[in-house]
Amino acid sequence: MSPAPARHVYLDYSATTPVDPRVVEAMRPFQSETFGNSHSAHIDGRRAETAVEEARERVAQVLGCKHGEIVFTSGGTESDNLAIRGTALAGLKAGKNHLVTTPVEHSAVGKTMAQLSEYMPFETTLLPVDQSGLVDAEDLADAVRPTTGLVSIIYANNEIGTVQPLARLAQAAHERGALFHTDAVQAPGQLSLDVKALDVDLMSISAHKFYGPKGVGALYVREGISLVPAMTGGSHEEGRRGGTLNTAGIVGMAHALALAAEEMPWRVAHYTALRDRLTQGILQAVPDAIPTGHPTERLASHASFIFDGLDGSILLMHLDMKGVSASSASACKTGNPEPSGVLLALGYPHDTAMGSIRLTVGKDTSVEDVDYAIQQIGETVAKLRRLRQQYA
Amino acid sequence: MTETNKRVVVAMSGGVDSSVAAALMVEQGYDVVGMMMRLWSEPTSEGGAHNRCCTPEQLSDARRIADKLKIPFYVLDTQDVFRGKIVQYFIDTHTDGFTPNPCIECNRHIRFDWLLNNALALEADYLATGHYARVEHTTDGRFLLKKGLDDAKDQSYVLSVLNPSTIDKVLFPVGEYEKPVVRQLAAKFGLPTASKKDSQDLCFLGDGDYRRFLRDHAPQLMAAGPIVRKNGDVIGQHEGLANYTIGQRKGLGVFAAEPLYVLAVNPAVNALVVGTADELGSTSLTASRVNWVAGSPPAASFKAEVKIRYKSRPVPATITVLDGGRFSAAFSQPMRDITPGQGAVIYDGDICLGSGIIERRPA
Repeated sequence: MSPAPARHVYLDYSATTPVDPRVVEAMRPFQSETFGNSHSAHIDGRRAETAVEEARERVAQVLGCKHGEIVFTSGGTESDNLAIRGTALAGLKAGKNHLVTTPVEHSAVGKTMAQLSEYMPFETTLLPVDQSGLVDAEDLADAVRPTTGLVSIIYANNEIGTVQPLARLAQAAHERGALFHTDAVQAPGQLSLDVKALDVDLMSISAHKFYGPKGVGALYVREGISLVPAMTGGSHEEGRRGGTLNTAGIVGMAHALALAAEEMPWRVAHYTALRDRLTQGILQAVPDAIPTGHPTERLASHASFIFDGLDGSILLMHLDMKGVSASSASACKTGNPEPSGVLLALGYPHDTAMGSIRLTVGKDTSVEDVDYAIQQIGETVAKLRRLRQQYA
Repeated sequence: MTETNKRVVVAMSGGVDSSVAAALMVEQGYDVVGMMMRLWSEPTSEGGAHNRCCTPEQLSDARRIADKLKIPFYVLDTQDVFRGKIVQYFIDTHTDGFTPNPCIECNRHIRFDWLLNNALALEADYLATGHYARVEHTTDGRFLLKKGLDDAKDQSYVLSVLNPSTIDKVLFPVGEYEKPVVRQLAAKFGLPTASKKDSQDLCFLGDGDYRRFLRDHAPQLMAAGPIVRKNGDVIGQHEGLANYTIGQRKGLGVFAAEPLYVLAVNPAVNALVVGTADELGSTSLTASRVNWVAGSPPAASFKAEVKIRYKSRPVPATITVLDGGRFSAAFSQPMRDITPGQGAVIYDGDICLGSGIIERRPA
């Protein structure tokens, strides 16, 4: 066998993160020892319930809300589904049949809205975005009608890293009587999650994006908002979400979220330094690389580019062989790539959008990792462009 | 650098042959990377896909095999280049009255060009496929393309487009085995494809029905027109030129004193030309777009054997090299199935010397 790549550099922390060893420790007792169903009346159930409620308290603390305003879910996708379907259906009787969102949402929001518009009596308005992906509060104000039930806008975009002026947008929605939800899945550890300051009514998070376990998330639901459960079943979570609670996962998420809040200044500084080095290095190695998203209003960990004329999937294959794990919005494992809807919404042409790449740094990323990735990306892009010449 | 330090990309389809090829490469100590090409997908009215190649099942089979072999596996989007070079060629040549062999063109333009170059760009030394053929490296430094050990499965016909700049970079690991042994090897390696049926030609046709495909993509080939004799006498009506092949006797719906066969198609006037068995046969053919595996012909004129279709027997012939990248082949007996568009592939015993595409006979 030929030698393994010189390094293995994981630069896909926006896709998922490893579970922090401290989080693993916090979860350990809740696998085999404290295994009860938190809804059972006996001692085993009560122990689990205590752990779940303590976790709820910790999550509420980070979000600056009451513990009763936190609903535990299976992750970001379910939180988004519950927020949108739950408020949309609850508002229908009051004549609220209009939804507002953006073309740069995660598909958990986008497809849920699309389904409601296709199968239920809802109409969805997509707000315009500028080429960096930002939404204008005035456009939002113009779009909201008396019948608008919910506005949902992503906090920090997963593909292009752009961070929305959430408080301004939420205010515009509230002034016209609409609820405001945000998918904040990319935010923990990097952006404020203070729901009061952000003035949001609903907010989705997912543990595996901030060094917690997969399969667990939470939805903040402002007190007094009625929510039809998207997952019907038992009376768990105050009737807002049926299903036995994932005790270990919930404990892990709460611990990971507390760490993310506590370490946020250090993480943001660490990420920003690496991200800036990465961005500058790539622009030096590939001078015509097109940075995507907003240059300053963006996630500290997030760098994204388009290499015009390249196929993102093939670029990722070459980087994988060199030990660099990255992602591309157009890449798929089936060889049938489609350009990212987000990049098309930003105005990039179809073929240009195929050459996207996303590099996201994490707690464990080093300067050496970043330098290695820059070198490999520079060499690979040059090589693929030479190859492409042959078939132009 | 020893062979075992070398990287080989294996073109995987999810089928038995390419899976065993990958396993043999791993066993022989190569640094193996699996690749699958997403060639074509033709949507149906139901929203599914017609094509038999690169289905989600085959993709997941190939991925599972790669996981089992602990090799990286990637799927390459080949749809644009395949659509342009192969599917359009298939439609265009049919439209011009030829009966093309898209597998030859796929090997010429896709597998041993586009895919090979992608493999080389990934720092591979070789591209391996699951074809039944062999490459022999002679002591004087030449590379010979030889038939697969299993004569019944031999695929050298469609590999006859290899040339000196490609043949030194390709490996055919299963060409050294007979098909039943390959199935045993699949079982030995614990590959889940051990009992799967063989893949088929015209991979991009979902149902294997090229007439349906042409009806969709070249509807003029399904327009009715006259059936004529060589002298121009109209003796009936055909149901669209794509429904007939050279040498076909049944299903013409015309009556004559002697059995009549399809001699040729004339797309310019949408006519199907028929005639007697005597008129059908020819003792010679000419071919263009000639490729010599060794880079040049062995002589200006030489005796060899020629296969005029993938599944036909090789027939002795005298080959004469013509100007303009062409050759002629003269047979001692009239040949009935000489079909413009098919490959005429030249052999010296087990050795495949090269090929050309059969030209239309001058009227």
